[in-house]
Amino acid sequence: MAQARNQTKPLGLLAELTHRCPLGCPYCSNPLTLERREDELDTATWARVCLEAAELGVLQVHLSGGEPGSRRDLVEIAASARRAGLYTNLITSGVGITARTMRDLWEAGLDHVQLSIQDSDAISADHIAGYKGAFQRKHALATEAVRLGLMLTINFVVHRANVDRIIEMVDLALALKASRIEIAHVQYYGWALKNRSALMPTREQVDRAVTSVEDLRRKHQGRIVIDAVLPDYHARFPKPCVGGWGRRSLNVTPSGKVLPCHAAESIPDLEFWNVRDRSLADIWASSPAFNAFRGTAYLPEPCASCERREIDFGGCRCQAFLLTGDARATDPVCHLSPDHDLVAKVAEIHTDAPYHYRR
Amino acid sequence: MADDFTIAPGAKPRLPRGVRLTHSEAQGGWVLLAPERIFKADAIAFEILRRCTGEATFDALVDDLARTFDAPRERIHADVTKLLASLAEKKLLEL
Repeated sequence: MAQARNQTKPLGLLAELTHRCPLGCPYCSNPLTLERREDELDTATWARVCLEAAELGVLQVHLSGGEPGSRRDLVEIAASARRAGLYTNLITSGVGITARTMRDLWEAGLDHVQLSIQDSDAISADHIAGYKGAFQRKHALATEAVRLGLMLTINFVVHRANVDRIIEMVDLALALKASRIEIAHVQYYGWALKNRSALMPTREQVDRAVTSVEDLRRKHQGRIVIDAVLPDYHARFPKPCVGGWGRRSLNVTPSGKVLPCHAAESIPDLEFWNVRDRSLADIWASSPAFNAFRGTAYLPEPCASCERREIDFGGCRCQAFLLTGDARATDPVCHLSPDHDLVAKVAEIHTDAPYHYRR
Repeated sequence: MADDFTIAPGAKPRLPRGVRLTHSEAQGGWVLLAPERIFKADAIAFEILRRCTGEATFDALVDDLARTFDAPRERIHADVTKLLASLAEKKLLEL
């Protein structure tokens, strides 16, 4: 087995506890083929995964899904994560978590809540989520989390239908007493890729959004932290996806597969190992999927001689595959990529087709 | 961050729930864990942060550090202000 060189320790674990979710967001980051409830890891296995993650050096665990509140043992899993010493973050849609569960999570030692809201406008938000009344329930959950003294981040995924309302989104986050807001442009994998032309913002919208975020940061400095995930189809350089393949984070799926990033299964022929069969440390060090794109030695030109090689690691492997058919290629989002015109063309395609909701 | 950031002498700096100082063997030292953020805390930052419990006042904290490290109070005052101001601005510290 080839031993990866320059192996680093992971800092973060994305724990996808379930793919079940009451919402149907058309940009959901879960794969098109959702894992089934009967294949989900049990409570004890998640507790072991948390312990092994902490031993491996992981500092933060993100309890996610799907909607993690769909699991009846969410509180027990959160308590295990906290006992393992991990900084425990709940990533929730807010639908399916009652005030009682929130209180139990608080008692279990939960560190932080990240709540997604689909838009600042209630009707639009419920339309995007494909769930009537979702907006109201999110509001209630945010209020409860803050009442308990938990730090709250509101996450807004932005796209053509809502990107013109960033000011209102920040106002809403302030009204909910969030300490942090994420304005995340849609990333086109899985469901979002399927809905790409219906979600794609125009160049003008993107430019306005970028300026708006800068203005809002100045205006609200010290009151709320505004983090932005850039719209990479409109960027000049690619994102350093997950901080580099197999460098800083790992993702465990509901059935226990360990992935370098949540979209990694979109690359064919990668061999993923499972926490049911092996320890997390063994998987991190030796899993073929983790070693497939570690480091930068495999990168072709223009990355091989690029000074940004250790900054963005050639961009995202999944995106390279999805757009060029070659997972080793330069991420075509980069303006230096020979395939960059593919991205430029796609970014111009806008259709008002109904969403394919995630179901 | 504004250079003119001042902290009231009687303020009681406190790391809120959701911001934790913890030791990490893998990282070889102390780290401050916060929402979607991990900051490495050097020896000086650690000594400052571990005193931010919401009990000691800012003034007492500076006095304590100046005494413990036998350093000029003015310099300690400036260093502590700088660190705490940058954390407060990121909503990672209550003053």
